[in-house]
Amino acid sequence: MKILVCISHVPDTTSKINFADSDTRFDTNGVQFVINPNDEFGLTRAMWFKEKQGASVTVVNVGGPETEPTLRKALAIGADEAIRVNAQPEDGFFVASQLAKVVEDGGYDLVIAGRESIDYNGGMVPGMLASLTGANFINTCIGLEIEGSEATATREIDGGKETVKCALPLIIGGQKGLVEESDLRIPNMRGIMMARQKKLTVTEAAEAPGRTSVVKFEKPAPKGEVKLVSPDKLDELIDLLHNEAKVI
Amino acid sequence: MSILIYTESEEGKLKKTAFEVASYAKDLARQTGSTVTAVSINAGDTAPLGNYGVDKVLRVNDDRLAAFNARAYADIIQQAARQEAAKIVIIGSTANDKYLAPLLAAQLEAGYAPNVVALPESTDPFRVKRTAFSNKAFNITEISTDIKLVGLAKNSFGLKEQQGNAAEEDFSPSLNDADFSITTESVDKTAGKVTIADAEIVVSGGRGLKGPENWGMIEDLAGVLGAATACSKPVSDMGWRPHGEHVGQTGKPVAANLYVAVGISGAIQHLAGINASKVKVVINNDPEAPFFKAADYGVVGDAFEVVPALTEKLKEFKSQNS
Ligand SMILES: Cc1cc2nc3c(=O)[nH]c(=O)nc-3n(C[C@H](O)[C@H](O)[C@H](O)COP(=O)(O)OP(=O)(O)OC[C@H]3O[C@@H](n4cnc5c(N)ncnc54)[C@H](O)[C@@H]3O)c2cc1C
Ligand SMILES: Nc1ncnc2c1ncn2[C@@H]1O[C@H](COP(=O)(O)O)[C@@H](O)[C@H]1O
Repeated sequence: MKILVCISHVPDTTSKINFADSDTRFDTNGVQFVINPNDEFGLTRAMWFKEKQGASVTVVNVGGPETEPTLRKALAIGADEAIRVNAQPEDGFFVASQLAKVVEDGGYDLVIAGRESIDYNGGMVPGMLASLTGANFINTCIGLEIEGSEATATREIDGGKETVKCALPLIIGGQKGLVEESDLRIPNMRGIMMARQKKLTVTEAAEAPGRTSVVKFEKPAPKGEVKLVSPDKLDELIDLLHNEAKVI
Repeated sequence: MSILIYTESEEGKLKKTAFEVASYAKDLARQTGSTVTAVSINAGDTAPLGNYGVDKVLRVNDDRLAAFNARAYADIIQQAARQEAAKIVIIGSTANDKYLAPLLAAQLEAGYAPNVVALPESTDPFRVKRTAFSNKAFNITEISTDIKLVGLAKNSFGLKEQQGNAAEEDFSPSLNDADFSITTESVDKTAGKVTIADAEIVVSGGRGLKGPENWGMIEDLAGVLGAATACSKPVSDMGWRPHGEHVGQTGKPVAANLYVAVGISGAIQHLAGINASKVKVVINNDPEAPFFKAADYGVVGDAFEVVPALTEKLKEFKSQNS
């Protein structure tokens, strides 16, 4: 089985978000970048496929040279090779178009992406990729088994979960549940050494105009002071929620 | 020209998101001098949509669509958009909306802006404000395609009721085998419980509650408020509560009217996921807990005393106010 894991390179979850150039650009000053958390669960699940039933695992990112440390980290965790499509992503459709070309060239049976990136929050790349390549698409995937050319997946739905079946090729939007937090792997020294020898191919981007663009960023308005209510005057809290906030 | 909206229903009943999407579309239609057409799938009674500004409803009834199916649903909305020559298509932000949106965008060759929180700043060029960086910021997104797909964030616009009648038409899209290439084997859903996604109020517990055996008081408080229950990430990682309840940047987003956080410190990753909620109440015994900086109302106190007392007082309040 050939597996492709899509890796989005995102600011660490603790990052303070600031903007530069009159709020037209994300300020990466002092920001640590990591593998998008949803993708990290997917990558670990891919490693299990490799170890338990045999599979090759390629990781891919559409981005500039600055994303290579993130791809190297994925290699250190155990992916076999990496591809970087050299481009500054314009929007989700642009990324999906680049990935579609990688998928077509590589003939992957399974593409694991994340439900959502934590910076762009598009939730759109895997679905668009599935449309462009004609593969099946399962979103909010929290469990995946593959036997032969058939996949059985569990998805999170509002208020519960459901089990679905389909044929490969398949693209998933994955999240926690594919593996657990405690299953995530931290690269060890040997992994890091080996990652240096692994192949990281850089390809040039295909022509694919974006369909949306970000014109400007804004930060949320600062929050007013909290109103404290004493624990022995909870009636006051109820009064505030009822008469002032009007939420109960 | 018309604006096309997808009005989601569940078990034959329109969801609240359907009315919010309709309200938004109506305001936009007024600005642009167009009309609002809704497409609904197995929705039962669609007449109420008229009271939220919908001019026409395309009704699809098909037993094969009883279970949600992203590909088929996207295909139907796409066909409706083509029939109506819609240039703007608006959907909500439920899990189903987010599943079908990228498929629909691809079929319509439409630029897609998800998590949109307000009416467009301008319609030519078409610019909307949406959340980004997991609610830590907003961006203004310009959609440059002929057809535009807008995903309206939950609870960001509200409901606007008005007098009106929606004309109803049967709509029979043509579906193909590929639309049914994924089959649903089983659905496992807790019946009768308010889900985080639909809830107006969410009561959430953190590690300050010490253990799963103490969740009774969270459920009681949620019970009187008609709220859904949620939790912080370590709580679900430790298996005290199911995964589906984990909220935050890497869990479920919460855009409720009221979010009550009990024994949660207010880490940046937690706040990112619940920021979109309108009113936040924090109960924590540490006055220095960062959550107080992000809250509207706070009680500094021991959850084991405050929560049961608050539940009792709310019961009294409810019995007098209903
Ligand atoms: C990559 C990454 C992603 C993450 N994503 C998320 C996410 O999506 N969601 C999330 O929630 N977290 C997330 N986290 C974890 C986050 O950083 C915090 O660790 C977590 O939110 C803390 O949970 P907590 O507030 O329940 O526990 P703690 O931080 O331990 O806080 C417990 C609180 O309870 C209070 N308390 C104790 N006893 C009582 C009492 N008797 N009465 C009242 N209050 C009491 C304490 O004062 C304290 O403030 C993420 C972390 C990482 C690294
Ligand atoms: N630039 C990128 N390169 C590779 N994969 C990406 C990129 N952007 C997004 N993805 C994948 O698509 C998923 C959803 O991203 P998004 O549509 O931005 O929310 C991510 O979790 C990744 O798996």
